[in-house]
Amino acid sequence: MSAETYDVAIVGGGPAGLSAAIELKRRGVAKVALFERGTEVGGIPRHCGHPPFGMREFGRILTGKAYARRLAGAAVAAGVTILAKYTVVHTGPDGLLTVASPAGIQAIQAARILIATGARETTRAQLLVPGVRPLGVMNTAALQAFVYQEGRIPFRRPVIVGSELVSLSAILTCRSHGILPVAMVETEHEVQARPAFFALPRVLGVPVLAGAQVLAIEGSPRVTSVRLRLADGKETVLDCDGLIFSGRFVPEAALAEASALALDLGTGGPVIDEHGRSSDPSIFAAGNMVHPIETAGHCWDEGRRVARVIAAELANGRDAEPDKTLGRRIIAGARLKYVVPQRLTLEGRGTVPALNIRAIGAAHGRLILSDGSGTVLRTQSVNTAPQKPIRFSLAGLNLAVDSSDLQLRLEPRP
Amino acid sequence: MTAFGDLVDAVIIGAGVVGCAMARRFSLEGASVVVLERAPDILSGASKANSAILHTGFDAPPGSTELQCMQSGYDEYMQIRESFNLPILETGAMVAAWDDSEEGRLPELLDQALLNGVADARLLGRAEVLAREPALGTHVRAALLVPREIIIDPWSAPLAYAMQAKALGARFQFNARLLSARFDGDLWHLETPTGTLTARSVINSAGIQGDSVERMLLGEAQFEIRPRKGQFVVFDKAAARHLRTILLPVPTARTKGVVLTRTIFGNLLVGPTAEEQEERERPDVTRPELDMLIAKAVELVPALAQAQVTAVYAGLRPASEEKHYRVHCLPEKGYFCAGGIRSTGLTAALGIARHVHGLWAQSRTVGGERSAAPPTFLLPNLAEHLPRDWQTPGHDGIVCHCEMVTGREIEAALGSPLPPGDFGGLRRRTRCAMGRCQGFNCLARLASLTEGRLSVPIAPEVDP
Repeated sequence: MSAETYDVAIVGGGPAGLSAAIELKRRGVAKVALFERGTEVGGIPRHCGHPPFGMREFGRILTGKAYARRLAGAAVAAGVTILAKYTVVHTGPDGLLTVASPAGIQAIQAARILIATGARETTRAQLLVPGVRPLGVMNTAALQAFVYQEGRIPFRRPVIVGSELVSLSAILTCRSHGILPVAMVETEHEVQARPAFFALPRVLGVPVLAGAQVLAIEGSPRVTSVRLRLADGKETVLDCDGLIFSGRFVPEAALAEASALALDLGTGGPVIDEHGRSSDPSIFAAGNMVHPIETAGHCWDEGRRVARVIAAELANGRDAEPDKTLGRRIIAGARLKYVVPQRLTLEGRGTVPALNIRAIGAAHGRLILSDGSGTVLRTQSVNTAPQKPIRFSLAGLNLAVDSSDLQLRLEPRP
Repeated sequence: MTAFGDLVDAVIIGAGVVGCAMARRFSLEGASVVVLERAPDILSGASKANSAILHTGFDAPPGSTELQCMQSGYDEYMQIRESFNLPILETGAMVAAWDDSEEGRLPELLDQALLNGVADARLLGRAEVLAREPALGTHVRAALLVPREIIIDPWSAPLAYAMQAKALGARFQFNARLLSARFDGDLWHLETPTGTLTARSVINSAGIQGDSVERMLLGEAQFEIRPRKGQFVVFDKAAARHLRTILLPVPTARTKGVVLTRTIFGNLLVGPTAEEQEERERPDVTRPELDMLIAKAVELVPALAQAQVTAVYAGLRPASEEKHYRVHCLPEKGYFCAGGIRSTGLTAALGIARHVHGLWAQSRTVGGERSAAPPTFLLPNLAEHLPRDWQTPGHDGIVCHCEMVTGREIEAALGSPLPPGDFGGLRRRTRCAMGRCQGFNCLARLASLTEGRLSVPIAPEVDP
């Protein structure tokens, strides 16, 4: 069986994959294939029947659903070969992909591969939440697939666990379908989205219980209640018929793992440099798989940037260089969950506007980037709520050409 | 084929792995059978939560019914498995010793294995152990290797037994709790929610309710179920590369202890705990025990510190006040009991069924007509190391991406002669939603695909 060939094979049809595909076509790359394992492209925004999406991309505010449709339409118009119901089961080395579809297994050869498989929410099992295991426990995305895609109501009075932006999305989804959340429970002592957003649950009459712990999920065959320990140490039982575990995104990195890419323990996704290159010179990565989690607009922008790098490489007629190093490592210090990219090269400086950082919990103090000898290269003060993205600007930074590690640390304010 | 209301030879109470094997054996031997199951599907109690190992019986009590049933069950599984397309993963097991006292116990375990007829068991020194399993903690001292301990699909095997029974005419009644029972000196009259059954004999394989069923039938029970909770943690498939051999602890007087093993589905499994409790109906997972299992796994294989958890579950094993199986009968009342099958039931089920059928046949003057050419059929393969449906052209797309389950497999399970009664049953038949995302991607789709086809629907309500 001879492999079908493409210039670029993109894995995953969410905002990052779609914008990369469109940009590659715009830059004259001839054969661009996008492999989507689901039945249609558009990614997570497909499940979001509510705004705001699309300001940066289309200059107007759309619902997630309309945004996904519009992005998919643009990819088709640009001449991207969209292959839905195609699952990439293995990638690389040398740009070889193994792909499964209803037609069976086939091999695909591509000069470059972009993996943009996105992220998913942490499950009840991963959180080791105690109790029995009834029907009615799910993530936000599953709830949204129930109501927006399948036209079904999985429960009427759920408890929402988590307080990130996606948790607010869960509330909006509930309220637009006659579902009345009983409460929003956050195990941390502060809500995780910016406090200003938390006017929303209060306005909608959903009590927010911060610093609470889930002691047990009860019910059979469906959820009937959840037992909590509240911040003040008292126990309470909330009657409910469902639980939504929202947020705490983790990368959908099974393909990256199976393809033996170097992984970052902080993000759980592949190690990349500022151009989106992975440890395999023919494989790039972009979107929420490399930084769980950012907005659709951020992923769209990143897909476009990485596409420009790929297009430039292909225009130079270069084969992927197998001995290419990923540049200098950035070691994230204590109190930092991750820094993306994890590597900095010296070429084409300026393609990454900033380092993308998450602290563990809230961050108040100073971020310090230094080199191997301890020389401080740049500092930036930070003052952010938990989970909030931190951007560390690299503009104008001159890095020495050597292979020593860079250190990034958070010095808390005394 | 028997029609409802007919007099049947045997009513089997409980459709766990033992009940399914019992239904098959009695049907093969020509008996007419009804299986009563209180849950919506087979394998809804202890049988859904085990470690999926086919044991050799190397550490079973010598001369016990348990050992005899395990070994005949093992042999029969190996004889029939190909005719049902039931997979095995040949891993072998190591009883690993981690300190002086454990190491000192290995020779006696070897003696017991040899006494039990497990002739290929042998001791491995530390270097041999680490050569076989390089990812083990380096403080391992020695091990007893038992090459023929293997891993099977714990749900497809009993499903095959039940399906063969059904093909031979056995009738399965789900959501059918035994309400009351009366023996008239000759026949049993059993009240169920859907009517009265009349039977020549009753087989008690009711698992966690085995003693209450015996009490309902006979007025008293000669054993007492002492539920023993076992919690498990399933690690993501990426973790399975760290271990090939089943890792068993040196057993204590009470339990086989915490096992670290691959599953046939490509994951790594650690468990079970052994928690004595009164509660029979609520197999909950608890945080300290899950944390303990994960810590135990990391202690055995340090690389698991980075492993992701895919699933957690708990089962209630029907242990009794004594360690041995509670197999007994009252032939004059047509009563037969396979109770207290606390941890080796998956291995022993076929052997237990043979044993109990033997007791039953002795008590009867007229035997049934033994099935000359029993029907067999190939079950869909769910094992990770063997070809799956998604690799075969012509399926209509993958529904569950983590476990690579096709729409065609979902449809085949729903349309099978013994279809799932609830979502758990569909998961066990196909692996849908069993993977790392636990339904993040496929749960809503599965609710639509199963609409009107499960007695307990995933989400019945359609948006008006």
